[in-house]
Amino acid sequence: MEKPILELENLRIRYGGASSEAVRGVSFTLGRERLGIVGESGSGKSTVGRALLRLLPGATITADTLRFGEQDLLTLSEKEMLKVRGRRMSMILQDPKFSLNPIRRVGDQVAETYLRHFKCSKAESRDKALIMLEAVKIRDPKRVYDQYPHEISGGMGQRVMIAMMLLADPDLVIADEPTSALDVTVRLQVLNILDGLVRDRGIGLIMISHDLNLVRNFCDRVLIMYAGRVVETLAARDLDKAEHPYTRGLLAAQPRIGGGRAPLAVLDRQPEWLEEKA
Amino acid sequence: MSVSVETRDVSITFGTGPAAVRVLPSVGFSVSPGECFGLVGESGSGKSTVLRCISMLTDIWTGDILIDGKSVREMPLIERCRTLQMVFQDPYGSLHPRQSVRTVLSEPLVIHKLGDREERMRKAITDVGLPVSFLDRFPHQLSGGQRQRVAIARALILEPSLLLLDEPTSALDVSVQAEILNLLQRLREERGFTYIMVTHDLAVVDHMCDRFAVMLHGEITEVLPRDAIPANGATHPYARELIGASLEYENAH
Ligand SMILES: Nc1ncnc2c1ncn2[C@@H]1O[C@H](COP(=O)(O)OP(=O)(O)O)[C@@H](O)[C@H]1O
Ligand SMILES: Nc1ncnc2c1ncn2[C@@H]1O[C@H](COP(=O)(O)OP(=O)(O)O)[C@@H](O)[C@H]1O
Ligand SMILES: [Mg+2]
Ligand SMILES: [Mg+2]
Repeated sequence: MEKPILELENLRIRYGGASSEAVRGVSFTLGRERLGIVGESGSGKSTVGRALLRLLPGATITADTLRFGEQDLLTLSEKEMLKVRGRRMSMILQDPKFSLNPIRRVGDQVAETYLRHFKCSKAESRDKALIMLEAVKIRDPKRVYDQYPHEISGGMGQRVMIAMMLLADPDLVIADEPTSALDVTVRLQVLNILDGLVRDRGIGLIMISHDLNLVRNFCDRVLIMYAGRVVETLAARDLDKAEHPYTRGLLAAQPRIGGGRAPLAVLDRQPEWLEEKA
Repeated sequence: MSVSVETRDVSITFGTGPAAVRVLPSVGFSVSPGECFGLVGESGSGKSTVLRCISMLTDIWTGDILIDGKSVREMPLIERCRTLQMVFQDPYGSLHPRQSVRTVLSEPLVIHKLGDREERMRKAITDVGLPVSFLDRFPHQLSGGQRQRVAIARALILEPSLLLLDEPTSALDVSVQAEILNLLQRLREERGFTYIMVTHDLAVVDHMCDRFAVMLHGEITEVLPRDAIPANGATHPYARELIGASLEYENAH
């Protein structure tokens, strides 16, 4: 079997000052695949994603194993972590507005990402940025290169983020609700672009989302999180065959096109969901 | 009592001079008494603006908006509040953090000089499926879904006939959305409310609405019956694209 990109065993995370753990014993292994993490808000999805990049100041992270390729993420120094973050492992967030510098041209920011990770001339980095903007299917890359973040749409902003992230040629991409703020037509375009690039390059993808349809269509495997734990793991195509009552409850609560008009099923939360072993 | 809504040639421009933006060039549609009418379209297409015009949250529009044949412009404020109410997307932003649920619900009753306040508040909070004890809670003691229930209770307290719902479940988890949609469905059956509901989710339209309008750049491209969604019966290219993308996204081919 191919060596996994990421191995996690019994990951636990407690925020500073919190009375209980936000993540309570999460384990999974990631290969060159697209792994979805779904669950309702507060279930700990983003906390897992940020822990992998060690972006949780003040939080206590423990695990039996937390391995990224050959490296142990638990013991890496912050200096070594800087070489991992953005270069070998990168993250794309919901709103590009918070990730882009509002007063600098979009293209320069993309080029700078390349310069930060690879030795080359300014001109070379500009060429790389333009090629990448084209790869995320921006029709007029030269024009977009010179625009400022407020001048581009949300969908365009997310393409720029994808371009920036993939320039460094990472092994792992963590996408946290990357398209939740986008209209459905644009959302599909962005997801198809991300999907194509990730697959072509054999990059591992962790897709964090509250949206069952998204993970069903754009992931190979899905973890379902509830209250800081993984309650079920399924192949995406088998999502409808879920057995855990929480997963089944989420599926049943969702209105569907062509579905009936009977009242939607509501979740009947059971205390044992908090504790049972996945 | 159910009311009809008729909008004719509604137009609104924000700003003046060279900075003026005509957000709605000319919107017109009619909604039957007791109907649930959806408004969909890309963000920025003017959906919320349409609701703000109907509710007179903004009054700089031109054209006609009639509720049961009566112009909203000519309705005195008191009558308007008792005819229509609005529910917004963000259950966090729409309640004042230092006001208890009791204060939120009693304010409109005081303004409208209505008696039996306690009785009306108990009824409204029970109608939205919350225990009466919740009257003494503050927003931070409520979950997102409970806040949206309180926002709906506030809209119900003056017993309006028309509810304008602006993405009422977009900020909620799917399990909480189910509870709120069920609540809205039940209230419509029991009271014959007319709803105009903005949403970006065609599955929600299919579940709730009888007909819906697809908006693009401030214009209504097409008004379609709910049945047009599963087999994509739209004719306008943008409406077709929107429904097509929603079907693909849901994998409901
Ligand atoms: N910076 C923080 N400090 C303290 N608690 C936090 C912080 N961020 C998140 N939490 C808590 O951790 C839990 C998991 O949050 P999160 O990972 O953001 O969930 P999700 O992404 O699934 O919505 C929640 O209970 C949340 O309130
Ligand atoms: N008060 C205002 N002043 C200027 N422009 C506005 C104002 N309100 C809305 N707009 C603009 O009108 C357009 C439609 O907005 P809105 O009705 O909120 O769209 P939607 O609800 O469909 O997302 C947007 O381009 C928005 O920027
Ligand atoms: Mg999150
Ligand atoms: Mg809006």
